[in-house]
Amino acid sequence: MAFNYEKYLRLEKMPTLWCWGCGDGVILKAFVRAVEKLGLKQDDVVVVSGIGCSGRFSSYVDFNTVHTTHGRTVAYATGIKLANPDKHVICVAGDGDALAIGGNHTIHGCRRNIDMTLIIINNFIYGLTNSQTSPTTPTGMWTVSQKAGNIDPTFDTCDLAIASGASFVARETMLDPKKLEKMLVKAMEHKGFSMAEVLSNCHINLGRKNKMVSAMENLEWIDSITMPKKKYDTLTPEEQLNLFPTGVLKEDTDADEYCDMYAEIQKVHQGERKKITQDDFAKKI
Amino acid sequence: MATREVISTGNQLAAMAAADAGCMFFAGYPITPSSEVMHEMSDLMPARGGVTIQMEDEIAGICATIGAAMSGKRALTATSGPGVSLKAENLGLAQMAEVPLVLVNVMRGGPSTGLPTRVSQGDVLQAKNPSHGDYKSITLAAGSLAECYTETVRAFNLADRYMQPVIVLLDETIGHMHGKADIPTAEDVASGIVPRKRFDGPADEYFPYECGPTEPAVLNPMFEGYRYHFTGLHHDKNGFPTEEIETCRKLIQRLEDKVAMHEDEVESYEEFMMDDAEIMIVAYGSVSLAAKESIRHLRDAGIKAGLFRPITIWPSPAKKIKEYTDKIEKVLVVELNIGQYHSEIQRAAARLDIDGLFKVNGRPISPYEIVNKVKEL
Repeated sequence: MAFNYEKYLRLEKMPTLWCWGCGDGVILKAFVRAVEKLGLKQDDVVVVSGIGCSGRFSSYVDFNTVHTTHGRTVAYATGIKLANPDKHVICVAGDGDALAIGGNHTIHGCRRNIDMTLIIINNFIYGLTNSQTSPTTPTGMWTVSQKAGNIDPTFDTCDLAIASGASFVARETMLDPKKLEKMLVKAMEHKGFSMAEVLSNCHINLGRKNKMVSAMENLEWIDSITMPKKKYDTLTPEEQLNLFPTGVLKEDTDADEYCDMYAEIQKVHQGERKKITQDDFAKKI
Repeated sequence: MATREVISTGNQLAAMAAADAGCMFFAGYPITPSSEVMHEMSDLMPARGGVTIQMEDEIAGICATIGAAMSGKRALTATSGPGVSLKAENLGLAQMAEVPLVLVNVMRGGPSTGLPTRVSQGDVLQAKNPSHGDYKSITLAAGSLAECYTETVRAFNLADRYMQPVIVLLDETIGHMHGKADIPTAEDVASGIVPRKRFDGPADEYFPYECGPTEPAVLNPMFEGYRYHFTGLHHDKNGFPTEEIETCRKLIQRLEDKVAMHEDEVESYEEFMMDDAEIMIVAYGSVSLAAKESIRHLRDAGIKAGLFRPITIWPSPAKKIKEYTDKIEKVLVVELNIGQYHSEIQRAAARLDIDGLFKVNGRPISPYEIVNKVKEL
């Protein structure tokens, strides 16, 4: 039976603001299929987004939806989640949104390990504002703000999330919607902060001056810089250079989740348990 | 109304008021001289099943507060001037999306890092327009320890009535003042809570932003079957982005008019020895305490001075100010900045000959400074 997208999409808001051939639509569909697979009630889900092309994600999906300010997605979501710990909180942000202006919130969301999913759609460029350098723009590429070539070193989104303490970190590309859907299911199922990076195309703004003027050329480039983690792990560090491993890169199901920990704080203040001390933690410093 | 006597500080009283007013969420970031509000909330919130979280920065503090408020909870954040500067953009989103919350700003010397541990009233104009764009702020200035409590309670009720952030201005002097205060009982406060309006009809007939031209949005709590959209963009009756000319105009006009057309309900001021006053002193916040003391001395010396103290400072009680300034020639505005509210009094009075006594060295104004200034008028 064909998937009933109508149930989850706000079709009256279509067509989307996204360009023809944009990967965001593929991600949108994979996301709602993942929600269906998990059997989440639409009323129990909130989708929070920031500013940029990815920021419009929230307006096309029929959940409780919040379109926030640039970069602050995880901070808004933290308030919603802590005030409603039994609900499902999904953040959607772009590379500029989550790693530049909102970098601090991304780091600390990961560190707190609060139960939410952050989907970072990484198209390596600022799309909505027309081709400025993002923290993931490959060095040497043309951008409208660095026409002589980008000299700013790039972030590896997943490495950043792992180092910051996210308990689930994964990466896929929009080239394989099935794998993408599976990753999103796993990410949303995971209890704790899950960061799911999706590499996507922007042939309009990244591609136009970097020899990828069509969606296909942009996607071929994404294909050429990614490799499943299993295969990637067999390579030497020299061979790994300029490649991104895909798949689940970190999954820690033992890490303390923040809302659960806060429930302990509430118990302390309500006289139901002793104060939390260093002895309560395996990792103290 | 029953009262109780407490011995506390202004900052602690603001936190206590929030808890008694049904606040269930606090997010903030440490900043002098407001940190004690967070310290107090970190005990009060979990004790009653709520949450206090110290966020990674000031911006995250307001964002998490707005998030909790969007979901339907009463929520508080507290900071000082530099923090308000950082929170400004997101206060704008709360104005635009009509999300009620309370922000306590315990003012310190500015601009920039300024005088972190010293008193100032330099954030009065900032409170009026912290963010870009058009909207009408509501700002309350507490003039006593008891008012740190009562005005914070009122701020929560106003926020839910007008569906927007309400700023409570304290200053370093009153925030850190420690003393006795007679405040309403928690039971009285609880029974006086005016909750947000909500829509109880079928979801397909719910249009959160479709309301009268002078009324706020009706935003149901999240997760209750009414799935709508929050955005900082211009939006339609369902909250979805639009650029439709009339919709955009009506929205911004309504953000102004929902407060402007109800100024009488928002207005609050105190008149102290104004009945026969020949000299009117205008002061608010902690400065009004010195002003009252100075008036006692002036009266002893046979000078008929009185105090007009705005409590709701934005929107200002302009009609009442004009009433007084039309009949009283000598008007002196006393404040810890270089005339931020003085210009508002000039505007309300439609007079340029309003005197001012301003101080910006981080120290309080003493009653004697006011007495001496009045004698010069």
